Amino acid sequence: MSEVKFSKEHEWITLDGDVATIGITKHATEMLGDIVFAELPEKGSNVEKDGTAGVVESTKAASDVYTPVSGEVVDINQAIVDDPSKINDDPEGSAWFFKLKMKDQSEMDNLMNKEEYDKFAKESAS
Amino acid sequence: MEIKKTSLNKLHQSNNAKFVEFAGYEMPIQYSKGIIEEHKFTRSHSGIFDVSHMGQLFIYGDESLTEELEKIFPLDLKNLKQNCSKYSFLMNEDAGIYDDLIITKIEEGYLIILNAACKDKDFEILSNLLSSKFKMNLDNNRSLIAIQGPKSVEILNSIINGVDQLNFMTGNWFDSDNQKLFVTRSGYTGEDGFEISISNDKAEKFVENLIEKGAQLIGLGARDTLRLEAGLCLYGHELDINKTPVEANLRWAISKSRLSNGGFIGSKKIMNQIQDGASQIRVGIKPEGRVIAREKTKIFNDTDKQIGEITSGTFGPSVKGPIAMGYVDKEFSKIDTKILLEVRGKKHPANVCELPFYKKNYVIGVN
Repeated sequence: MSEVKFSKEHEWITLDGDVATIGITKHATEMLGDIVFAELPEKGSNVEKDGTAGVVESTKAASDVYTPVSGEVVDINQAIVDDPSKINDDPEGSAWFFKLKMKDQSEMDNLMNKEEYDKFAKESAS
Repeated sequence: MEIKKTSLNKLHQSNNAKFVEFAGYEMPIQYSKGIIEEHKFTRSHSGIFDVSHMGQLFIYGDESLTEELEKIFPLDLKNLKQNCSKYSFLMNEDAGIYDDLIITKIEEGYLIILNAACKDKDFEILSNLLSSKFKMNLDNNRSLIAIQGPKSVEILNSIINGVDQLNFMTGNWFDSDNQKLFVTRSGYTGEDGFEISISNDKAEKFVENLIEKGAQLIGLGARDTLRLEAGLCLYGHELDINKTPVEANLRWAISKSRLSNGGFIGSKKIMNQIQDGASQIRVGIKPEGRVIAREKTKIFNDTDKQIGEITSGTFGPSVKGPIAMGYVDKEFSKIDTKILLEVRGKKHPANVCELPFYKKNYVIGVN
């Protein structure tokens, strides 16, 4: 499993072979508040880097979920659709969103590492 | 314009409030526990709400004030007993709603609680309508604190002895800590509770005292989910200048005795709508799935004709699912009518349902 990378849209991503696992960051969940609804892309569909790949809604508002890389959706986490509060409980672990079979692994190159993301999140929050 | 702050602003800050601007005020949307926990705590224990941004309009006058107010409000004020409150509306000639409000008869005249975003305009409208002999005071020196939920009566009564004797929608002056507080048994959550009018310099200490006794601060986020579960209207969403009380399904708030003779602003339109029916009406809406239909979501029938629009929609933490209110064409307003809600380009099935979504726990009468 690769190092965890992060996007400016507050997604995290890890790579295992050519399959990427993507979710939203703890920082994102703290900004959103209590998540009460999650919509994920369909299994078998193709998503494009920086395109929308789902929706999360808090009690306050709906927010798009973006995918930081392109690929075919090979798995989705039905558990978070059935109980969206799991996303607040463990956003960077068991509450992953979807898995993609990547076409172009160089798309990972421009993403942030943990240290860079923490700095980015701190700056964007203030 | 500089953002206004209530007398509890520092207390909100020290309780880790997240702030939003609401009607020109910096108000807490939530505290560290979040909207769902705050909502549930209010339903199970006791929540404190800073509603000091709302207008507290004192109008002083004799019997002739009552007569003049009856020309404005669709209420039987002559028969309203002292310390009793009524929900009502300030309307234009077309029965469009400028504001919804609670009016209480007090010894010296009336106290009217107004929405924050409307209060200055309301004051101007009422000043123009009422004789200048009546003294009007939109009192900025007083804060307004709501305490809501099943434990509220015990907590508040331990600080202000005697509030447990108030009936629902009544109020009274109480002495506490060397000052006069006006307390009403009312609220906006579907729970038993009180609203306390207190001078600004005493408000923070008073709320700290409530917290010490086990109540917790609750933000506007949970206030919205609580009122929506209780099926209550929010001005600017369910109600505005283009909606009438009949369309808003609030004709219960219009005194029966005033419907036969009218004589209040908007009465013609209201009497016509009661006779002929309004073309659209406010209803409760329950989506079948988990999807949340927010304000401005379009409502369709099964032949793709738009039949209405959502005015408020959220996830109801006690109902444990999505809930909404909106306006639909009259023929689709019957309970259990199947409708479709267009969310992000997809149509989702929903049903017109009874209000409230959450059953009330009001204490109606104690004596």
